[in-house]
Amino acid sequence: MKKKLFGLTLEELRVLTSHVGLPAYAARQISEWLYQKEITSIDEMTNLSLKARAQLSASYELGLSPPMDEQVSTDGTKKYLFPVLVNKYIETAYIPEAKRSTVCVSSQVGCKMGCLFCMTGKQGFQGNLTSGEILNQFRSIPEWKTLTNIVYMGMGEPLDNLSEVLKSLQILTSDWGFGMSPRRITVSTIGITPAMLQFLDQSQAHLAVSLHTPFDEERRKLMPVQQVYPLQEVLSEIRSWDFGRQRRVSFEYILFKGFNDSPSHVKELSRILHGIRCRINLIRFHPIPDTPLQSPDESTIQHFKELLNAKRITTTIRASRGQDIWAACGLLSTKKLAENKA
Amino acid sequence: MVAGHNHQLQPVTLSFTEELSENIYLIGFERTFKFQAGQVIGIALEEQGPRRLYSLCSGEKEETVKILYNVVDEGYLTPRLSDLEAGDTIWITEPRGEFTGNPGPAVWIATGTGIAPFYSMLRSGLARDKILIHGNRFLEQFHFYDEFEAALADSYTRCCSQEENEEVYLGRVTAYLEELPALNPKLKYYLCGNAEMVVETRDILIQKGIPFDHIISEIYF
Repeated sequence: MKKKLFGLTLEELRVLTSHVGLPAYAARQISEWLYQKEITSIDEMTNLSLKARAQLSASYELGLSPPMDEQVSTDGTKKYLFPVLVNKYIETAYIPEAKRSTVCVSSQVGCKMGCLFCMTGKQGFQGNLTSGEILNQFRSIPEWKTLTNIVYMGMGEPLDNLSEVLKSLQILTSDWGFGMSPRRITVSTIGITPAMLQFLDQSQAHLAVSLHTPFDEERRKLMPVQQVYPLQEVLSEIRSWDFGRQRRVSFEYILFKGFNDSPSHVKELSRILHGIRCRINLIRFHPIPDTPLQSPDESTIQHFKELLNAKRITTTIRASRGQDIWAACGLLSTKKLAENKA
Repeated sequence: MVAGHNHQLQPVTLSFTEELSENIYLIGFERTFKFQAGQVIGIALEEQGPRRLYSLCSGEKEETVKILYNVVDEGYLTPRLSDLEAGDTIWITEPRGEFTGNPGPAVWIATGTGIAPFYSMLRSGLARDKILIHGNRFLEQFHFYDEFEAALADSYTRCCSQEENEEVYLGRVTAYLEELPALNPKLKYYLCGNAEMVVETRDILIQKGIPFDHIISEIYF
């Protein structure tokens, strides 16, 4: 089986060209073909000699693969299904808006984190994606040229696959890669503190942290990660990190009816986020099968936002997009997995 | 590597290593810190190397700290860890975690090496009024079986999915729970194992009427 070029960093390409017997400058040429031009095979790398292309092709392939299925919402949102590993699948969402287009990529097949509200967690953990498989979700959808933003908020916990996520970020933001501004990229985490610190140190992309309740005891019941990386520690590290003027930290907050939507939650959020320049994204909960959690009504969501705004916390409500196809992240791939098992 | 103050690694010398059953190891080193039963430590092979979290598998007052782990073939740490011998050095973080034992009645549910925090609780005198359900594939994998049985008697159930004898339930933990006629909704349920087991078990408990806020989970990642 041939190895894939797509997803290799310039440093890795330098090692590769050295092993294959190509000149050192070929690494940069290959990276430009991979990340800055549109080709479908190694044969199209025309500034490499015929011999060099043959040498490369003997062991390598380009490594791009198209989605195998898609669902299209009435509002233009699309959900793509990519095959990975053997009979495993990942989901990628394309979300067009008036002034920008966002792709939401997965970083793992399944997830180990076991959050109570998450459909992906019900698959268990199947494996980590390579940087190439992460970037393929961006590069292999038909809309890739129109994309303005990338969010690592699909299946999996990005910081549980830190090395491949960092490689993908390097390729996205380097001048030898896609040359994208890190300010157009957001990586979401449930708060694995050591990995979060490494991410903050080695990338300039925005950080989003899944918060979901300011109370430790409640968070333990929603998110097992709270047992070992408590929110207090995550916030303490964020508070002491210099984010500069442009880099953003935001907190994701899924509202659950009667659980985390009270004025006391607003008060505690205001207390624990004091001193952090941030914003809160409120998210409507899309119920998953057998969940004990419910979504509050619209008026409760609006009121919660207003209370936070009154505390001078910039708060937005994430627009519900693709509701007719969305259901919940992980549903499409879980359904496909179940079909294969049947 | 950037690490917060309590993620710093310290070297310790292994005092013993033992393969308890195929691919399941117990290692130990001298205790130089206090911890609560159920807590975890980060382990790395080098000061700058990748670390993983492992539950402590010994009593709070014991002189030797023990770690139980199974070798993950495709993993980075455990295949290398299993090559180490007494006298070798590993790097550890301070203990951390809130999946800790308490004296009240509760149900402990574990699969595989997920038994480690509950063994630590047992060795720390926290087994009274506890019910333990432990799942493994093979009979030889029920380490500490005699100690649990001595402490818990009929409140200890072994679920073995691949081998049978008259003392164990033949099947997975999830199948055993499904077959139980009723569960006590007033008890707290502590789950420890891999993500798939924890999520499946949690769903079953909720379907059987256990409030989700009575379910406390520890997942290996």
